[in-house]
Amino acid sequence: MGFLVVLAQRTLYGLLLLLAVLVLNFTMINLAPGDVVDTIAADMGGASAELVAQIRAEYGLDQPVIVQLGNYIWRVFQFDLGQSYFYNRPVTEMIFERLPATLLLVFSAQIFALVVGILLGVFAAQRPNGILSHIVTLFALFGYAAPVFWTGILLLIAFSLKVPLFPVAGMRDVTVEGFFPQVLSVAHHLVLPMLTLGSIFIALYSRLCRASMLEVLGSDYVRTAKAKGLSPRDVTMKHALKNALPPVVTLAGLQFSAVISGAVLVETVFSWPGLGQLALTSILARDTPTILGILFFSALVVIVGNLLTDLVLRLIDPRVRGKA
Amino acid sequence: MKIAVLRHLAIAAGVAALLGTTAMAEDPVRGGTLITTLPQTPRHLNPAVQSGIVTGAPGAQLFAAPLRYDEDWTPQPYLAESWAWSDDGLSMTLNLVQGATFHDGEPITSEDVAFSVETIKANHPFKTMFGVVEAVETPDDHTAILKLSQPHPALLLAMSSQLMPIIPKHIYGDGQDPKSHPRNGKDVVGSGPFKFVEFTADQQVILERNDDFFIEGRPYLDRIVYRIIKDASARAIGMENGELHMTTFENTVRNIKRMSENDDLVATDEGYAAIGPINWLAFNTGSDGPLADKRVRQAIAYAIDKNFILNAIMLGLSQESKTGIHPGSPLYYPDVNGYDLDIDKANALLDEAGYEKGADGIRFSLTIDHGNPTTKPQAEFTKASLAKVGIDVSVNSFVDFPTWANKISNHDFDMTWDTVFNWGDPVIGVHRTYDSQNIKEGVIWSNTQQYANERIDELMAAAGQEIDPDKRAALYKEFQEILADDLPVYWTNTLPYHTIYNKKVGNPPLGIWSSSSPYDLVFLKE
Repeated sequence: MGFLVVLAQRTLYGLLLLLAVLVLNFTMINLAPGDVVDTIAADMGGASAELVAQIRAEYGLDQPVIVQLGNYIWRVFQFDLGQSYFYNRPVTEMIFERLPATLLLVFSAQIFALVVGILLGVFAAQRPNGILSHIVTLFALFGYAAPVFWTGILLLIAFSLKVPLFPVAGMRDVTVEGFFPQVLSVAHHLVLPMLTLGSIFIALYSRLCRASMLEVLGSDYVRTAKAKGLSPRDVTMKHALKNALPPVVTLAGLQFSAVISGAVLVETVFSWPGLGQLALTSILARDTPTILGILFFSALVVIVGNLLTDLVLRLIDPRVRGKA
Repeated sequence: MKIAVLRHLAIAAGVAALLGTTAMAEDPVRGGTLITTLPQTPRHLNPAVQSGIVTGAPGAQLFAAPLRYDEDWTPQPYLAESWAWSDDGLSMTLNLVQGATFHDGEPITSEDVAFSVETIKANHPFKTMFGVVEAVETPDDHTAILKLSQPHPALLLAMSSQLMPIIPKHIYGDGQDPKSHPRNGKDVVGSGPFKFVEFTADQQVILERNDDFFIEGRPYLDRIVYRIIKDASARAIGMENGELHMTTFENTVRNIKRMSENDDLVATDEGYAAIGPINWLAFNTGSDGPLADKRVRQAIAYAIDKNFILNAIMLGLSQESKTGIHPGSPLYYPDVNGYDLDIDKANALLDEAGYEKGADGIRFSLTIDHGNPTTKPQAEFTKASLAKVGIDVSVNSFVDFPTWANKISNHDFDMTWDTVFNWGDPVIGVHRTYDSQNIKEGVIWSNTQQYANERIDELMAAAGQEIDPDKRAALYKEFQEILADDLPVYWTNTLPYHTIYNKKVGNPPLGIWSSSSPYDLVFLKE
């Protein structure tokens, strides 16, 4: 099958999946008892029955669910994600406002986890049964197993309170002015959230890299390279690692959705003004348009990410091409 | 000239009352940026159409109200330099300060006061505040007369702080819905001590000094930055490492305890009497189960050791509250039955009510719901306590507010732990819980207990109209006595709200409205 046919096929699947995501999410949110009006009333310290009815009517929440669903899907196909009930602003505007912060956090955490994970994996593969290898494994698994918010709070206590190196919350210092000082301020604020989010994935990448390295290190061409008299460093870095990397990179691509969901907790602990915080607030507030918008967007990102991973794999690995 | 002098005298008196004698020793310093917190993002910054503490805090800086309050519940002149009831209690005359302007330079007139009252009456959730205001007359630019259909003493507290912000008619009177007005969250033009600079959701609200504020020489601070930090531990760490100067409405007891042990910080529960948050165990008195019998409710109260809640769960940081009125209120009547632990009495009452223990030692089963995670320990403790008197309790916890609120407001529950605020006068925040006319399905924090007592309804109606403070207090005394016997809810304690401030902060907001009061007197020591 040709490349374009595959692309078209995958895109169609993607669109169908998106539609399913919309319908499912909408239905699930409406299955839960209570709605945004309860939260708005609570936020105000109580409200009268008239006001409650008035707000419900304003947001069309008094209509049958199926009508609401139809209206919603129709709007989404016109690229309109609607208006947030809670903040009274267009959902798309709010999402794009938050996206840079989340992307910055997610990408830096991914890169950090990849670099550290690969280094640890390579290191551990050198002496797979050595004591250092076990220490690496232990350390990585600890990061994987510990709840993110706990790791976050511990890092805060250690590096904001005991050794006050980093700020406790937010993305930038509002008193700092000028472009470069502001960039530095953001970088300064980024360190702890990045470490926290990255710590989960280090385990994953280092374990996979270690396994993959061990497999490659046992193969014939590595033995050949060693026999040629290459230094152990060259053998590891130039011959083995190159071939051990693709599985790690594939996994990193697939983990993208997990990183986004991890960001929800990290953003809350560190008051990082990204999509994750918005998602949490909207879920607690039953702000349906905003939740649906964020889920729709996340689904889009994951689908596009998987599509790209698929295509990239086809390009770099001749064996995948035949299977379509 | 004469008026100006009078005004200064009144202000001086106000300042003296506000600061007390000891605090006067320290001279305020001008300048500096106060870094404080908000625990969540406000929907917007216009308190005329949005209640709640996160809108109220910046809202009280952006908008001035006719009156302000000190820690003794005494009204002080603010935007109104004087005010007076008519003899029949049916009208309230406000004389506004001369020369006051909005942040865009337009004068603040009685027209704006009238417009603000109308907007609040039509859109604010607390309908009882201005519900009886029939008209606002504006004989001249600086006189506003509120005409009432009945005497309404609650008006005095309703004219304070965040409840009656004076908003500009020339901005909000353009015909758009005030609840979703675009200027509620950006380019806000207010009347208060600080002007709007920036509002970024989940990041910060920044305000700067209003140089043309109608009280000369104030405010002292150049800027206020409200950082929006949702995580209570992160706020505590920020206070401890000096990144934050002050945080208000803190109620996680372990964090408060830790911060209070820091030498640079002061933790105080002063400032929450008007907001008046009270924890209680609510009973569905309208159910056909055992809870319809007041002896059962009393027995449950006797079986729960309030001291355990106060000392072990709240770590001694909250006050005992025996009635639905906050103990910091002058109307609180403490000499009612507080239901101190008495297992024998509890058992006797249950026997008397006809619920004998079965062969398995169980009299009957009930459920207890909790929505707010902070009330989980109380719910678990209730289960353990009631097991001792033969009541089998199962605990339902709800992860989010709407699910819980939906269940409670539709009267589909036996018992639940709840926190409800007084919001100043009992007419605003207390009556709603006990008024038999306010049993409304689907409305949280209405009379969800379905409690009805004619005498209580009569007392509330009378107290709501009684201008004489002593007579009014007598009515509320009887009100609290009857309720303490009927026990539609079992009040245990105030929420342990605390203000924590760095010792660098001068004049922290410790009046009855806490952070929802103007910060024009707050300053930073050098």
